[in-house]
Amino acid sequence: MSRMLAAVAGVALTSGAVALFPRSILVFLLFQGSLLYAYVAPIPGRLRAALIGVSLLVLMPVIGTYNGYYMEVATQVGIFVALALGLNIVVGLAGLLDLGYVAFFAVGAYSWAIFGSPHGNVLFGGGFPLPAWWFYPFLVVGLVVAAGTGILLGLPVLRLRGDYLAIVTLGFGEVIRVLANNLDKPINVTNGPRGITPISRPPLPLEVSYSIGFYFLVLLIVVVVILVNRRLEDSHIGRAWEAMREDQLAAQVMGVPLVRAKLLAFACGASFAGVMGVVFSAKQVFINPESFTFLESIGVLAMVILGGMGSIPGAIVGATVVTVLNLQVLKGLSLWLNELKNAGVTILGYNLAGLPTQLEPAKYERMIFGLILVLMMIFRPQGIFPARRRQRELGDR
Amino acid sequence: MKPTRIRTVVAVTAAALAIALLPLGSELSAQGKGTIKIATQSPLSGGQAALGEGIKLGAQLAIEKFKGNLEKAGFKVELVPYDDQAKPDVGVSNAKNIIADKAIMVVIGHLNSGVAIPSSEVYKEDKLAMVSPANTNEKVTDRGYPNVNRVCGRDDVQGPVGAEFAVGTLKIKTAYIVHDKTTYGQGVAEAFKNDLEKKGVKVIGFEGTEEKSNFDPLITPIKAKNPDLVYFGGIYDQGAPFFKQAREKGVKSKFLGPDGMDSSDFVKIGGKTVVGTYYTTAAAPATSAQAKAFGDEYKSKFKKNPEPYAAESYVATAIAIKALEEATKGGKAPSREAVAAAIRKVKYSGMTGVIEFDDKGDPKKASYYIMQVSTDNPDKWGENKEAKRLAIAAPALKK
Amino acid sequence: MDFPLLIGIFPQVLLDGLLLGFMYALIALGYTMVYGVLEFINFAHSEIFIVGAFVGVEILLGLKSAGLLETLPWPLVLLGVMLAGMLASAALAVSIERVAYRPLRAAPRLIPLISAIGMSFFLQDVIRLVESLWRNAFNLVYPTLEPLNERYELTSTIDVSAKSLVVIVVALLMLWGLHALVNRTKIGTAIRAVAEDQAAASLMGIDVNRIISLTFLIGGAMGGAAGVLFGVQYSLINPYTGFIPGLKAFTAAVLGGIGNIPGAMLGGIVLGLLEAFAASYLSLLTGGAFGAEYKDIFAFSVLILILIFRPKGLLGEVVRERA
Repeated sequence: MSRMLAAVAGVALTSGAVALFPRSILVFLLFQGSLLYAYVAPIPGRLRAALIGVSLLVLMPVIGTYNGYYMEVATQVGIFVALALGLNIVVGLAGLLDLGYVAFFAVGAYSWAIFGSPHGNVLFGGGFPLPAWWFYPFLVVGLVVAAGTGILLGLPVLRLRGDYLAIVTLGFGEVIRVLANNLDKPINVTNGPRGITPISRPPLPLEVSYSIGFYFLVLLIVVVVILVNRRLEDSHIGRAWEAMREDQLAAQVMGVPLVRAKLLAFACGASFAGVMGVVFSAKQVFINPESFTFLESIGVLAMVILGGMGSIPGAIVGATVVTVLNLQVLKGLSLWLNELKNAGVTILGYNLAGLPTQLEPAKYERMIFGLILVLMMIFRPQGIFPARRRQRELGDR
Repeated sequence: MKPTRIRTVVAVTAAALAIALLPLGSELSAQGKGTIKIATQSPLSGGQAALGEGIKLGAQLAIEKFKGNLEKAGFKVELVPYDDQAKPDVGVSNAKNIIADKAIMVVIGHLNSGVAIPSSEVYKEDKLAMVSPANTNEKVTDRGYPNVNRVCGRDDVQGPVGAEFAVGTLKIKTAYIVHDKTTYGQGVAEAFKNDLEKKGVKVIGFEGTEEKSNFDPLITPIKAKNPDLVYFGGIYDQGAPFFKQAREKGVKSKFLGPDGMDSSDFVKIGGKTVVGTYYTTAAAPATSAQAKAFGDEYKSKFKKNPEPYAAESYVATAIAIKALEEATKGGKAPSREAVAAAIRKVKYSGMTGVIEFDDKGDPKKASYYIMQVSTDNPDKWGENKEAKRLAIAAPALKK
Repeated sequence: MDFPLLIGIFPQVLLDGLLLGFMYALIALGYTMVYGVLEFINFAHSEIFIVGAFVGVEILLGLKSAGLLETLPWPLVLLGVMLAGMLASAALAVSIERVAYRPLRAAPRLIPLISAIGMSFFLQDVIRLVESLWRNAFNLVYPTLEPLNERYELTSTIDVSAKSLVVIVVALLMLWGLHALVNRTKIGTAIRAVAEDQAAASLMGIDVNRIISLTFLIGGAMGGAAGVLFGVQYSLINPYTGFIPGLKAFTAAVLGGIGNIPGAMLGGIVLGLLEAFAASYLSLLTGGAFGAEYKDIFAFSVLILILIFRPKGLLGEVVRERA
C-alpha cells in the first residue's frame, strides 16, 4: 500500500514541481525518476498502467507547455526508443551484431525528404513537394523501403558470423552515408552534403501547439512499435531468433529456417528505423548526411546494451537514459558550471571565474559520457533491465 | 557483484548527481530581469572542436570588450556556450533549450550549415535572433527569415571572387579542384568551378574527398595533368596537409583556397611548402588597425592564434551587442523580436568591413581580400600580403 | 580516355597503395593480437595508437626546442621516439585492459565492446584535455626530420620518399618479429594456448591473466610504433585523428582474417591498394561521374564481396563461435 502511495505521490509531486520550476533540469529528472519508480515498484498492474498513461498522455504535454525544450527531449527519446527497439531485434534477439544500423534510418529519412520537399522536382520534374498529408502513406513507404534494404543487406551476409558480420554491417552503414553524401552527381538524388530542405511536416488533427501534436504522433508510433515487439518476442519467429542467438547449429537442427529467420530479423529491425527516419526528417525540416554517421549507430547500440540486451523494457530505458544523459544531464551540468563561473563562485579557495578556457565544461560532455558507459558496463554488465531469459542464463555462470 | 553493492553504487551516483544539479532549481530565481545572455552554439567536442571553440572564444572576447554600455544601463551580460557536437539533432535540442531560457537574446552560431538550418527553424518559433559567423550555405538566408543573419560571405560569392582573381590576376588556363565533401567545401568549390568555366578556364579535374591524412592517390593524377592552379575547397586542417603533400610530390601549380585556410595553423602544418598559397577571406588583413587589435587581444587572452571564423564571431557578437544597446534604450529588458529587428538596422564598421544586413540577413556588400601566404612562421600569419581586394554584393533572392 | 596517362601513373599509384597498406597493417596488428586471444574488438585501439603519436610529437618538439633535432643522427632519434611511443601505448593498453576489460571477461562479448567504445570516447577527450592544458593546441605537427623528407626519383614520374621506405621496412620487421614471437618462443606458445582455451591453459600452469596483459602490451606497443610512424609520415595529428585509420585498420584485420598476423598484413595491403586505385582511377575512368569520393564505397564493396566468398577473411582460420 505504501508503495502505491509513494508511486502516485512521486509522480504527482514531481510533475507539480516541474510546473513550478520549468527551467530546472533536476526537477525534470526527478519526474522521470518517479516514472521509472512507478514502473519498477511492486504495485498493481492497473495502477502502473494508469500512472504511466496519465504521465505520458496528460502530464508530459502540460509540462511541455511550460517548457518546450522538454517536449523536444521527449520527442527525441521517442525516436531513439523506436530505433533501439529495432536494433534490439537484430542484436538482442537474433544475436547478429549490426554496426551500421543508422543506414536504415537514413533510408527512411531520405525517402520522405526527397518526395516531401521541392527537391523532388530536380529528380522527377514538377509536382513536388507532395501535399503534406502524404506523410502518412510515406510512413509505410519508409517501412517498406527500409525493410527491403534490410533484406538487401541480409542476403549477402547470411554466411558470415560474429565480427565478420559486424564489419560488413559497418561497411554497409558507411556506404549508405557516403552514397547520400555523393549522390548529387551524376544524378542529383540526395543533394549531397548540402542536404534537403524544407521538408513538409504532416498536418496534425490536434489544435494545440505543433510540437505537442508531434509528440503525440511519435508516442503513438512508439506504442505501436512496442506492441509489435512484444508480439514478436513471444511468437514463433521470436523464439527462433533466440534459439539462433544461443546456438546456431542447434537451432538449425531443431528446424529453425536460418535464412528466413536472419532475413526477417534484418527486415523487422530495419523497418522500425525506416518509419522513424520519415518522422525524423519531418521533425528536422532539413536533413543531410551528417545525421547518419557511424557514431549514431554506435549510440543506438550503446542504448540497447546499456538497457539490457534482448529486453524490451531494457531497450526503452536504455534509449531514454542515453538520450536524456546526452541532451539534458550533461548539458545541464555544463550549463550549471558555466553559471557558477559567470557568478564567480569560489570553490576550495579557487575562483571559478579565473577558470582557463581549456577547462570549459561544455567541451567535456562526451568524455563524461564515455566514462559512464565504461562504469555502467563494469558495475552492471547485464544492463538496466536484463531480459528474463538472459538473466537466468547469466545466473548460471 | 551483490545486489546490495549495486544499490549502493546507484544510490551514491544518484546522490552525487542530485547535489551537483541541485542549484539548478534556484537558477530561476537567480536570473533577475537585469541579465542578458548571449548564447553560442558550435561544436566544442569532436573533430571540429578547434573551429567551434574559435567561435566561442571570439564571442567571449567581444562580450568582454563591448559589454560596458549595457552594464552601465544596468544589465548583466553573460555568455552561455552550447556544444552542438556538429550534430543536427543535438543542435535542435539545444535550440529548444535556448529558447526556453528567456534571458537569451541572441545566438551566435553555428559552424555547420547542416546544424544551423534546422536549429534556426526553432529560433524562428520565438523570433530569437541568430547571427552566424560561419554558415556560408545559400539556404541559410535564402529562406528569408527575419531573425537569421550572417556576417560571413556566401559560397556563391566567395567562389566567384576566387575565380575572378585566378583569371584576372593569375591568368590561369587550367585548374584542378578538390573539395572536402562538406556543405561548405563543396559549395564554395562548385561556385568557383562554375565561374571559372564561364570565364573560359578549363577545369581538368573536380574531386571530393573525406580523407584527412593521406592524399597521395589524389595527387598522382594532379601531378600527371600539371594544371596551372590547384584549388582546395575546405578547412586548413585538410587543406594544409593536401597542399603540403602535393608540393612535396612535385606538383608545381599555384595554390588557392577559400577562407577556411585563414589560420596560422595553415603554415604550422604546411611549413615552407605552402608559402605562396593564395586564399580568399572576408576578414581584413591584420595590417589594418582593428584586425591587429583583435589578433593581439585574442592572443594575449587565450594564448593562441585565432582560428578561422573567430574574427567573424567577434564581429557577429559586436553587432549583436550594438543592437542590444539600441533595443534596451528604454531601460527595460527588450523583447526578442525587438532585438532581431534592431540587428537588421545595425550598421557596423569593423575588421570585416562595413556590415549592414539586407532584407534576408546577408551583408549588403561583402568585401573580399585575396591574401598570399608570405612566410612559414605561424606567428607572422598576420603579415600575409594582400594580393587583391574585391567587393561583391550578395545576389538577390531568386524567386 | 587518356590511356598514356592511365598507364603512366600506374606504378606510382601502386607505390602509394602499398605504403598506405603498410600503414593500415601496422595498426591492424594491434587489433588482431587482442582479437586472436580474447575474440574481442578493442575499439580503444585507435586511441592507444594516437597516444603513441602524441608521445612521439612531444619528444620531437622537446628535442627541437633543445636544438638537438638537427645534431643527433636521425635513425637514433626515430628509434628513440618510437620506443617511447611504444612504451606509452603499451602501458596505456595494459591499464585499459586491467580497468575496463578484465572485470568483464565472463560477460557476453558485446559488453566489453561497449566498454571499449566508452573508453575510446573518454580517451579522446582526455588527450584533448591534456594537450590543451600543456600546449594550448588542438592540432599538433610533427617537426620534419630533414633526411626523411628526401625523395628518390625512380623515373621522371615515379618517386618515393625516404619516410615511406622507413614505414615499409619497420612494418615488415615488426610483422616478422611478431610472427616469430608467437610461433617460436615459449611466450608465444603460451599466448596460443590461451587463445585456444583459457581454462585448459590455466590448468597447464599458464598464468592466463599475465598472458592476456602481455598480449595487450604487445598490441599496444605495435599501436604506439604505428602512431609515431603515422605522425612522421602525415605530420598532422589531433586527438580525433586516430579514429578513422583505426576503423580502416580494423577493416583490414577482418579482411585478412582477424586473429591472424600475416592476415592483418595482407588485409592492410589489399585495403590500401583498393583505396589508392579507387581514389586515383575512378574519376579518370568514369569521366568525372564518380570520383575519388567513392573510394570508401569501392573499398567496402570489395570487402563485402571478398567476405561472401571467403567468410573468414583472406587467410582466416576457423574461429570458434561464441554466444
